[in-house]
Amino acid sequence: MALTTEDKRRLEDKAHELRTLCVDTIVWAGSGHVGGSMSAMDIMTILYHKYMRIDPKNPAMPDRDRFILSKGHVGVGYAPVLADLGYFDKELLKEYNHTGSPLGMHLDSRKVTGVEASTGSLGHGLAIGLGMALGARLQGRDWKTYVLLGDGECDEGEVWESAMAAAHFKATNLVTIVDRNKCMIDGPTEEVMALEPFADKWRAFGFEVVEADGHDFDSLAAALDTAAAAREKPVVIIANTIKGCGIDFISGDYKWHYGGFDGEKTAKAKESLARFHAARASGEKGTAK
Amino acid sequence: MSGMTFTMLDAAKMSTAEIYGQTLCDLGDEHPEIVGLSADLAKSTKIGVFGDKFPGRFFNVGIAEQNMFGMAAGMAKTGLVPYVSTFAIFTSMRALDQVHTDICYQNLDVKMIATHAGLSFGQAGTTHHCTEDIAIMRSMANMTVIVPADGIETAHAVRAAYDRKGPVYIRINRGFDQVVYDKPDYGFQIGKAVTLHEGSDLTIIACGATVWRALEAAKMLEKVDGLKVRVLNMHTIKPIDVEAVERAVKETRRVITVEDHSTIGGLGSAVAEVAASTGKAFSFKRLGVPDCFSIIGLHEDLLAHYGIDENGIAASVREMMGKDFEADDNWEDEV
Ligand SMILES: Cc1ncc(C[n+]2csc(CCOP(=O)(O)OP(=O)(O)O)c2C)c(N)n1
Repeated sequence: MALTTEDKRRLEDKAHELRTLCVDTIVWAGSGHVGGSMSAMDIMTILYHKYMRIDPKNPAMPDRDRFILSKGHVGVGYAPVLADLGYFDKELLKEYNHTGSPLGMHLDSRKVTGVEASTGSLGHGLAIGLGMALGARLQGRDWKTYVLLGDGECDEGEVWESAMAAAHFKATNLVTIVDRNKCMIDGPTEEVMALEPFADKWRAFGFEVVEADGHDFDSLAAALDTAAAAREKPVVIIANTIKGCGIDFISGDYKWHYGGFDGEKTAKAKESLARFHAARASGEKGTAK
Repeated sequence: MSGMTFTMLDAAKMSTAEIYGQTLCDLGDEHPEIVGLSADLAKSTKIGVFGDKFPGRFFNVGIAEQNMFGMAAGMAKTGLVPYVSTFAIFTSMRALDQVHTDICYQNLDVKMIATHAGLSFGQAGTTHHCTEDIAIMRSMANMTVIVPADGIETAHAVRAAYDRKGPVYIRINRGFDQVVYDKPDYGFQIGKAVTLHEGSDLTIIACGATVWRALEAAKMLEKVDGLKVRVLNMHTIKPIDVEAVERAVKETRRVITVEDHSTIGGLGSAVAEVAASTGKAFSFKRLGVPDCFSIIGLHEDLLAHYGIDENGIAASVREMMGKDFEADDNWEDEV
C-alpha cells in the first residue's frame, strides 16, 4: 500500500527523532556504532512504525511480528527505537554501556524487552529468523519475521546456508533486508571482499530480489509490499543506504563504523541531522545524505 | 630481546595488540614465509600494520572466519607460516571445527593471535566476551596455549610461536594491559612459569590480565598482613609447567588460581589436574567467572565484580589463610 503524504511525513519526523536520540545515546555510552545505526535507521523506523504488528505493552504477544537485528553491533541505534516505543524506560538509555546496565553494545534478548535474539556475532540472524518463520508456518500463524543484515555480514557462509534453506523451504513469510551501505570495518565492501554482483547471488540462491532506496520511505514501502505479497520465493530487499546517513561529516566514510562525539561534534551532528530532515521534508532529491 | 625494534619506553605507550603488530612486522622481515590473515578486523587486532608493510603477504578475507582458518591450513601445507588474527571468541568458537580438524589434526604451523579475550571487551557483552577459549583450545591435541600477562610478554610469545612447531593459540586483551615486566629479558620460555613474588604461605597462579593483579595483591598482603604469597605467572596453559605446580603444592600447601575466564576448564582446571596428581593434601580455590555469562561493563569493573582484581584476590587469600583445616588432617609432611 503506497504511503500517504502524511504517513511519509510522520515517518520522516520519527526517523529524525530516532537519529537524534541515537546520537544522544552514543554520547551517554561514550562511543558507539554510529555509521551502521544511521544507515539502518529509516529501515527500522518504517518497520516499527508502519509495517510490523507489535504491541510494546504486550511484548510477548504471540502473534507479534518478529524483527531480528542480525547486524547486532548497531544496538545503539536499535535501543532508541525500542525505548521510544515504550518497550522499556527511555531513561535507561542514559546508562548505555555502563557497568551493570542491561544495555550493552550488542543487545541481549534476555535483558532487553523487545529484542528477539541476542545478536552481535555476525551471520546468525537469518538462520534464527528462518527458524521463526518456519515455526510460524508450522503452527498456522500469520506473523512475519523480518531480518536485517549488514552487507559486510553477507561475507559469512552461514548467511548463504540460510538463504539456500529459506528458498528450499519456500519461507515467504520471512523478509530479508540487507543494509547495503557498501562499507565494513576495514574499508568499502568491494575493496575488502567484493560482493557484486550481489543481487545475482541472491537470485541464484532462489530469492526474489527487490532493490530499494533505504533512505526513501516510498521506495522502502514498495519493497515491503512486494515482500508481503510473496507466494513462491522468499524476498530479499537490498536497501541501498549510506553509512552515517544524515550526519554530513561521517556519511559515506567507512572509518566512522564506530566512534564517539565530543561536545562540538555532537552539536555539529545534530545540526546536520536537522538539515537532512528539513531537506528530506521539502522533498529535495539526493539531499544531504 | 633480539629483533625488537621498539624500546620499553615505546612499549609503554602501545596497546598490547599494537606491540603484537609491530613484533609481527619485525618477524616478517626475518622470515619471508610468514603471511597474515584477518577477517575484517585488521585494524582492531593490529595485524593490519603487517598488511601495510607486506601487502602481498596479507589476506583480508572479509567477515568469514571459517574460510580464513581453512585458508590458513592450506597455506601452512605449502610451507607458509600464517599468523591469523580475529577476536578470541571467533577464533575459538566460530571457526573451531576448522581449527580442530584442518589445523590441529594436521598439526600445522598456524599461529592464532586472538584478541579481545576474556572480559576485556566488557561493554560489548556476551557475544564478544570470551571466557571459554582456554578450556576449548587446551583440549585440542597438538595445540600450544599461551596467555601473556602484558605487552612485552606478548612480544615474546609471538616470536616464540614462530619457533614452536605446530599450532599456537595466543590469547591477548583489547586495549592496554598493566605493565608486569619493566625489562624485556626475564627469560620467557614456553611452558615455564615465571615466579614474580616469592612466598611460602600460599601460591597464587595467574595468567593474562590477572597476573598484575595477583602481584599487587601479594605485595599488599605482605605489607598489611605479613603474608608471604608466591605468585606464578603461568603464561603457558599448555603445556603447563608441571614442576612449578607440584612445587607450589608441596611447598605452600595452599593454591589459588585466578584467570579472566570461566572457572570451568581453564587455568584453574589445568592446575587442578596436575595438583591432584601430587598425592598431597592441599587447600585449593579457583577464581574466575563462575559458570555464567558475564554482566556488561568496563573490564576493570568486571574483574572487580567477579573477585579477580587485587582486592578480590586478596580477600580470597585471607579467607584461605583463615581456614583451620590443618588440624583435621595429617599435615606433618608440610615443609
Ligand atoms: C562473526 C563476527 N565477526 C566479526 C565481527 C566484528 N565486526 C563487528 S561489525 C563488523 C563489520 C560489519 O559490517 P556490515 O555488516 O557491513 O555492517 P554495517 O556496515 O552496516 O555496520 C565486524 C567485522 C562480528 N561482530 N562478528
